[in-house]
Amino acid sequence: MKIKVDDRGYYGNYGGAYIPEMLYPNVEELRQNYLSVMEEDGFKKEFDHLLKTYVGRPTPLYFANRLSEKYGAKVYLKREDLCHTGAHKVNNTIGQILLAKRLGKQKIIAETGAGQHGVATATVCALMGMECVVYMGEIDMARQKPNVERMRILGAGVRPATSGSKTLKDATNEAMRHWINDPVDTHYVIGSVVGPHPYPDMVARFQSVISEEIKWQLKETEHVEDPDYVIACVGGGSNAAGAFYHFFDRDRVKLLAVEAAGHGNETGESAATTVLGKAGVLHGSKTLLMQTDDGQVVEPYSISAGLDYPGIGPIHAHLFESGRAAFYSATDEEAMQAGILLSKLEGIIPAIESAHALAVLDNITFSPDDIVVLNLSGRGDKDLETYIKWGKY
Amino acid sequence: MQMILTENRILKLFEKKRSRILSVYFSAGYPNLNDTAQIIRSLSDSGADLIEVGIPFSDPVADGPTIQESNKIALDNGISVKLIFEQLAEIREHVDTPIILMGYINPVIRFGVEAFCRNCREVGIDGLILPDLPMQEYLENYKSSFEAHGLLNIFLITPQTSGERIRAIDRNSRGFIYMVSSASTTGAKTGISQDQVRYFERIKEMKLDNPALIGFGISNKETFNTACRYASGAIIGSAFIHVLKNAENLRQDIRTFVKSVKE
Repeated sequence: MKIKVDDRGYYGNYGGAYIPEMLYPNVEELRQNYLSVMEEDGFKKEFDHLLKTYVGRPTPLYFANRLSEKYGAKVYLKREDLCHTGAHKVNNTIGQILLAKRLGKQKIIAETGAGQHGVATATVCALMGMECVVYMGEIDMARQKPNVERMRILGAGVRPATSGSKTLKDATNEAMRHWINDPVDTHYVIGSVVGPHPYPDMVARFQSVISEEIKWQLKETEHVEDPDYVIACVGGGSNAAGAFYHFFDRDRVKLLAVEAAGHGNETGESAATTVLGKAGVLHGSKTLLMQTDDGQVVEPYSISAGLDYPGIGPIHAHLFESGRAAFYSATDEEAMQAGILLSKLEGIIPAIESAHALAVLDNITFSPDDIVVLNLSGRGDKDLETYIKWGKY
Repeated sequence: MQMILTENRILKLFEKKRSRILSVYFSAGYPNLNDTAQIIRSLSDSGADLIEVGIPFSDPVADGPTIQESNKIALDNGISVKLIFEQLAEIREHVDTPIILMGYINPVIRFGVEAFCRNCREVGIDGLILPDLPMQEYLENYKSSFEAHGLLNIFLITPQTSGERIRAIDRNSRGFIYMVSSASTTGAKTGISQDQVRYFERIKEMKLDNPALIGFGISNKETFNTACRYASGAIIGSAFIHVLKNAENLRQDIRTFVKSVKE
């Protein structure tokens, strides 16, 4: 199936650029330039060089022996957790900040949930000598303290979002307000495949390096380019978009997206947007959105700060609606158990976001020859406190 | 359709008056849930020329702290789109001042665009300001419903809006253009700088087909007068929310405030 953004910035029924006029010039400038800049030889060279020498790409496609044994399939882990800064987020921040420099921007702002995107943004700003301000929900700042300090050590200003649910949604609101008040010379680095067009497409393209590598890495080990399954967690959905990207039109590859079900989808404390959401507009795009009958955005819940978002990228709303991807959800409990299991079986402590993807391995009956690629989007160092509080290991 | 628009109170207002128009914004359901109709009546009685009733939203990205707070309190009070229409059901028995609903697009989509427009017409709404509804989207998917129900869609322009885009907005506007005075969220700045005056002059010299009202940063007589030198009038939002917040007697305090700006 072709999954591609159209001229108006839509994937099927979802996407667009629902932004106040104050942001129009910036977003329009980006829309007019992102593809041509990304296609420049010089840009590609610099981007690829940094991914290789700074991020440490290609990341390994690791055959997880004991996990494979347990689930009766060939399970590979795409080790995005080994990227510099500990997650896939840096692929996108390098891309966007290189792009921002070419557009003459001097200041960078970002939002962050778990802190991974904030750290990745602060890191690249340090690398390129740019001023950096990161908005983070007050609650997230408390539950992801090490990442707050990492950003500060890297020279970024971290500003708490104190409105609403004080999490990722509100950090995004604050970043947008900052951009409205300081539109000239500032680029807003959105960390996921959300936001007004062209952000979802731009971020998906920067993250598509994940599936590009999966293809040639599988060819080396399994002599095929297509796995049977690609599995990834979805908050906004950037790691999933990157892991699925080059398989969208390979219909035999099953794409599995895993959302956070918090305490359970029926408890009202969940972040599983495709289960609980309806079409709406938030942060610049039309997408599936958790909301009341009155159209007020519902505050989501997940143990994982990176999945604690009431919407999903429009590309995922389209993947869901078109049936191209199958959507699952995993509860806090299931994710934590899966995270601890991976630690014991493979010696890898995953980020709690990625642990949600691992949790669905329990729900699928594989045949022994099935090649399963699971995108391990981040490492668990930042979540140590949550693991400790959880106990049961 | 044309017949409906000839009845439109915004168009009628600008037919007879082209200067010193005062438009006042407040959030429905604030400070108390059932103050909405009373505030409209008091504004109208006090001489406000236009009234903008805000539809509170959980995530008002274009608003500063003052209107964020009034949105939140109104939602906590229990306001909803449905309830706003109920509160406005009899407003046209008392008030002939043009009324605009202003809010974000999501609650409108959730309510159903067609149903929303129908309700607007039934209670006597004249126009809509939906800052996050882009022009192209409006033209393709909303315009016909709005016009069928006699509703004008008011567009924003900002100091960063290009001349070419301002012309396009002017072509697609009816009623007036909402001229955002600076690159900011609502209530973020007070006073009017030389840069802003240059922007006001630039727009004035463009001789647009539609009148313009200046909003954001207009808070008192002085800023209102400055705005009126360059545009047909101005819009006060956050400063009026402050009045409501501290009001001891709504009717009296609203009257005092409106008079203090206009006279």
